[in-house]
Amino acid sequence: MAATLETVEQVKSLEMEKYKYGFVTDIESDKAPKGLSEDTVRFISAKKNEPEWLLEWRLKAYRHWLTMPEPTWGKLQHAPIDYQDSYYYAAPKSNEDRPQSLDEVDPELLKTYEKLGIPIREQEVLAGVAVDYVFDSVSVATTFREQLKEVGVIFCSISDAVQEYPELVKKYMGSVVPYGDNKHACLNSAVFTDGSFVYIPKGVRCPMELSTYFRINELNTGQFERTLIVADEGSYVSYLEGCTAPMRDENQLHAAVVELVTMDDAEIKYSTVQNWYPGDAEGKGGIYNFVTKRGICRGKNSKISWTQVETGSAITWKYPSCILQGDNSVGEFYSVAITNGRQQADTGTKMIHLGKNTTSRIISKGISAGKSQNTYRGLVRVSAKAEGARNFTQCDSLLVGDTCGAHTVPYIESKNRSARLEHEATTSKISEDQLFYCRQRGISEEDAVGLVVNGFCREVLQELPMEFAVEAQKLVSISLEGSVG
Amino acid sequence: MLEIKNLHAEVEGKSILKGINLTINKGEVHAIMGPNGSGKSTLANVLAGRDDYEVTEGSIFFDGKDISELEPEERAGEGIFLAFQYPVEIPGVTNTTFLKEALNAQRKYRGEEELDGMEFVKMLRGKTKELGIKDDMLKRAVNVGFSGGEKKRNDILQMAVLNPKLAVLDETDSGLDIDALRIVADGVNKLRSENNAILVITHYQRLLNYIVPDQVHVLAHGEIRRSGGKELALELEEKGYADYSGEAA
Ligand SMILES: Nc1ncnc2c1ncn2[C@@H]1O[C@H](COP(=O)(O)OP(=O)(O)OP(=O)(O)O)[C@@H](O)[C@H]1O
Ligand SMILES: [Mg+2]
Repeated sequence: MAATLETVEQVKSLEMEKYKYGFVTDIESDKAPKGLSEDTVRFISAKKNEPEWLLEWRLKAYRHWLTMPEPTWGKLQHAPIDYQDSYYYAAPKSNEDRPQSLDEVDPELLKTYEKLGIPIREQEVLAGVAVDYVFDSVSVATTFREQLKEVGVIFCSISDAVQEYPELVKKYMGSVVPYGDNKHACLNSAVFTDGSFVYIPKGVRCPMELSTYFRINELNTGQFERTLIVADEGSYVSYLEGCTAPMRDENQLHAAVVELVTMDDAEIKYSTVQNWYPGDAEGKGGIYNFVTKRGICRGKNSKISWTQVETGSAITWKYPSCILQGDNSVGEFYSVAITNGRQQADTGTKMIHLGKNTTSRIISKGISAGKSQNTYRGLVRVSAKAEGARNFTQCDSLLVGDTCGAHTVPYIESKNRSARLEHEATTSKISEDQLFYCRQRGISEEDAVGLVVNGFCREVLQELPMEFAVEAQKLVSISLEGSVG
Repeated sequence: MLEIKNLHAEVEGKSILKGINLTINKGEVHAIMGPNGSGKSTLANVLAGRDDYEVTEGSIFFDGKDISELEPEERAGEGIFLAFQYPVEIPGVTNTTFLKEALNAQRKYRGEEELDGMEFVKMLRGKTKELGIKDDMLKRAVNVGFSGGEKKRNDILQMAVLNPKLAVLDETDSGLDIDALRIVADGVNKLRSENNAILVITHYQRLLNYIVPDQVHVLAHGEIRRSGGKELALELEEKGYADYSGEAA
């Protein structure tokens, strides 16, 4: 008995040594070893110099993740994900040789923006946007921070926030999306590498729109961004998230988590343009985008508004949701989801009415082209105590061609008789008459599709901040290229 | 300007145009009249290059150029405009946006510089004023919720903005009240110049009081059965199409 115990301890300490050894060499490296294990989690946490509590939280998440099944309810088809075939951490450069200004940013990225008609510098200067670039999981440039500091707004990478504002992070991280929420969110909790942190203090209206661009850089690097935005009493912020990704051939896993918290009378407007690589015409390659986004209106009269334009990714699994806890709080979801080629999207929202006189509004525009499948999946739940809750839902689907699919799956659960819930849904096809009308006026067929679809999405696109709306309109057209003719 | 020779066309395998010959010179206005289903709109669609309308024989020359292989948008760029018998609605796209897209696409096709927002809006305002069309129409989505007459007027506004070499008006007068008819006719007359040509398809002689044609043609059973001066329209109004009811020999 005793001998056995001794042996075990010996082995353990040996393992520790080996681990320590491996650890020291590994930490020099810019990449975690391929695959996922507790070591990977420790590596990431050590790389980031994280406090003990956060490592513990990550490990708890990792262990829980091992026990969780993959969610299967989305109308999505893909081969099982090989989690051991990915890298979970890759830093492009050490702190010193991070780009100090946009001039040092990868010209490829700048080119992509240009194609979309958004010269970055112009955008920054003209629109006064603070940009926090995330390359390959690590923030490499942050601007306008000083200006924000003056009014007390915190806008930094979540890694920096862990170091500089540990109390805030500890208090709110995981409070909206607990690590065990779903398998993808759980994975993110274990291995998230970076993302943004925003705190708007009481009574402050954030003087500029905050914006983060994400992109995938390294082959086989799963992306696990984590964003946390807290709007204290009476504050307001508009946050923009956008993605562009270069062509690649491997499936890439992306499992982000976004948490939003609004206190009394506060408002967060969160806008996304998602344009990850969708795969080639046969559906090869492309990003698997499993995102958990949720906001909680904790305070009374608070408001959370999600606007998304989803044009990219091979697979989109995403349901930005609102928990309407505070009385009179408001949740909104405006969505455009475009699928083309072999893309699959299963996206929608959940509006959970808990407080009295809470209101939610859902406007979803799904456009399917090529051989794609596009599903709206939404839940409106009214709890017994949510006296006077109201929801309006409108789901419109537009088909381009006849080899694609559009599906609408609304769930309604109401436990309060005073609730007023309205649901409207339409499905239509882009008509030959419309296209001919446009073409007769000189507009090419492809541009005509872009125009008609942009018109179809107008209600949603006009929710976007101006400079983002222009980019989004272009994206809408670009993503439908090759869908006709 | 437009030279159509022995044009045969079919839709969904059904032969509709059976040897049309028509020449329209610069500065001229021609009217086509004819019974329902005789092929008037088909001719307009064939000229505009609509898919599904297949030319099986004959040729269409525009400005000396064979256009029968050009895409609809290319023909538009060449200067052919069609005012539709049934204008189409495009939800969510404002008239202003639509017209700017269209005009700039055409300018690009012709190698001209595109207009920026300011220049365009200025020009557009000028046109609405000229035509007596209210500016709030510009902010509305293309033809959505427009009355029948408003749709027709909107097509005329588009014509004025795009300033085509050849305008084909397919029953633009039907469903118009007296005032709207005058707006439409004014618009057409403003376009009229020694460099442009106009082809008016109509059932009513009334329009031709406002837009006086150089020639009137009777289209029946897919052929032009008779051509004449403006007095032919009056004759048709009186006698109807009884003389043209039989199939061609
Ligand atoms: N897309 C189509 N598919 C099938 N038949 C068609 C199509 N378009 C036209 N036709 C047929 O071709 C014939 C000519 O139609 P067209 O619309 O050219 O007549 P029209 O002279 O313009 O008549 P109207 O005075 O009623 O407008 C009709 O018999 C019509 O049914
Ligand atoms: Mg007709």
